[in-house]
Amino acid sequence: MNWLETLPLTIKATLLSAAAAAGLPEALMPYLSAVLSISPILMVFPLLFALTTVCERKGLGRIQNRYGPNRVGIPFTNIRLAGFGQFIADGIKSLTKEDVVPHKADKLLHFLAPIVLLVPVLLTFSVLPIGKGMVPLELDAGLLFFFAVGGTAELAVFMAGWSSRNKYSLLGAMRGIAQMISYEMPLILSALVVVMAAGTLSPMEIVNQQAVYGKLGIAQWNVFSPWGLLGFVLFFIAALAESNRSPFDLPEGESELVAGYFTEYSGFKFALFFMAEYMGMFAAMGMGISLFLGGWSAPLKFLTFIPSWMWFFGKLILMIFLVIWIRGTMPRMRMDQLMAFAWKFMLPLALMNFLLVGAISFMPSMLGQWLAAVPIIIFAWCGLARGLGGGRIPAPRVYRFAE
Amino acid sequence: MSTGFIILALITIAGAIGAMNCGRLVHCALSLVASFAGLAGIYLQLNVWFVGVAQILVYVGAVAILIVVALLVTRNAESDRQNEGSKGWIAGGSVALLVFILLAGALSNTAVTGAATLAPDSSVETIGRRMMTLYVIPLEALALLLTAALLGAVVIALGGPKPGRASK
Amino acid sequence: MNPLHQYLLLAAVLFCIGLAGALARRNAIVVLIGIELMLNAANLNFIAFYRFGPNPERMEGLMFALFSIGVAAAEAAVGLALIITVYRHLKSTNLEDLDRLKG
Repeated sequence: MNWLETLPLTIKATLLSAAAAAGLPEALMPYLSAVLSISPILMVFPLLFALTTVCERKGLGRIQNRYGPNRVGIPFTNIRLAGFGQFIADGIKSLTKEDVVPHKADKLLHFLAPIVLLVPVLLTFSVLPIGKGMVPLELDAGLLFFFAVGGTAELAVFMAGWSSRNKYSLLGAMRGIAQMISYEMPLILSALVVVMAAGTLSPMEIVNQQAVYGKLGIAQWNVFSPWGLLGFVLFFIAALAESNRSPFDLPEGESELVAGYFTEYSGFKFALFFMAEYMGMFAAMGMGISLFLGGWSAPLKFLTFIPSWMWFFGKLILMIFLVIWIRGTMPRMRMDQLMAFAWKFMLPLALMNFLLVGAISFMPSMLGQWLAAVPIIIFAWCGLARGLGGGRIPAPRVYRFAE
Repeated sequence: MSTGFIILALITIAGAIGAMNCGRLVHCALSLVASFAGLAGIYLQLNVWFVGVAQILVYVGAVAILIVVALLVTRNAESDRQNEGSKGWIAGGSVALLVFILLAGALSNTAVTGAATLAPDSSVETIGRRMMTLYVIPLEALALLLTAALLGAVVIALGGPKPGRASK
Repeated sequence: MNPLHQYLLLAAVLFCIGLAGALARRNAIVVLIGIELMLNAANLNFIAFYRFGPNPERMEGLMFALFSIGVAAAEAAVGLALIITVYRHLKSTNLEDLDRLKG
């Protein structure tokens, strides 16, 4: 299995040496190396996006007691592939559709918005450790880079919403900006807890510290500690909100705002928006995995024979499944609930987590940490949740027709 | 002079001119973003990664968004500068030109020496250690300032009597 | 041309563009944008002196730039909050309308 572990690196090294043998000038080699590092990311994640859209529609179909896409297969044959050819059909459709730009739109900004959204999202992948030693850009401030670049998405949302000259677009953009700014705070704060514990801002180094196996052969993932568990839950919720996923999909709530800030986009540009949303979700979930779930490391020592990049993508697919499941289960929040949740629940909990990790990491045993932390976390969680409801206790739910 | 620097400098200057000179105010704000991004690129090109990333985080991610939201809240997004006369530009431009001549003159008369070729160590750890030892008091002062600014901004934006009950 | 010179010259150009705009324009938000540009020019100077100066290991320029970025964030937040308040009173952000003390 060792060759499988290093397979991506071997392919890159082989291609590089082949290029050198073919007489590529020495000055171009760093550029070729960079291209070879980037191109797998540019191939794998869009492919994952394409498959996710099909899986999401099929999964939602199952959750809602219907079929979902099950027709499209290979053209001119009877092979249906259980509907997994759907993304090719969707892609062809979005490529060939007419690109409609509103007459009054600000043409330049309308054109630039999807690009400004997609490019930073792709840049964030450059600091994600997708396998052992597989990081395209080794930055010692990688996490800061991730959040800095990811934070520019708001600007693209604004550009799209404002340039369309459509009330739904503008409303969606304003909702989107308010939501993204509000949830960026708990997102960064919950990630900083890990930085505080690990003492580094480099995602690669953070993962390396988690890929250490203790007495029972269990990896020391951050999520196995009390502050890590709380941080992970907060990070996951904030990442859902940052990537505008249900139940936080107010900026594009289709029953209220048509499609939110990209209402006036069609054809290929619409597909770019769609793709940027999903890629943003992958990036956020990937960073969540790296920070809390041990990145590419295996949970148990004897499982390390499975290649590291397979672990990363396995975890990523699991997270995507979770996100789809939540989408199929939870109703959309209201705008005031959304804001109150960010500022009155997530932010205080994230700040409390800071104090917790500072106090608790001096305790020697993991069991003692848990015993000390769990009452505090439960107390804070319940107190804040009660405050969120305004002290009201909801009446028991009564089912009249669904019995 | 490297090509990278020339391109980034041109982006920065073009963005700055656009930010000051565009008709629609939203275009001003977005040109300002281009200028900020160009500066961030210059910092990255100088191998001062931390400051470059901080520039993106604070200016592109926060200040630009603030300006854009303020434009929308004050209903300035659609307005253009037809109601602004051109006489301001003569005065402002001449003052700025004077300042520029002074600065450029000072620059050309000064022999700057000691240009380091090697990028100095500016890793996060070094910066962090410096900040928590030698610069800890400025750091705390900055933290206080930011907290005060946060509270102050909230109070100013919320504050004042309610429109209906004002001046009674 | 000395590398330090070119960065300082760029900073000077940026500063003067910001200054001209801040003096010439009448809209409070654009004036704020001009001030931001001037601050950024100053930051570029700090970084250039840090990078090409005699004692880079002391990190004075870098620290100054970082603190200045932090202060600029606070300045923008408070400045824009003030502009919004003024707008609520006068329904205008034109600086020439703000010529009386009694709001």
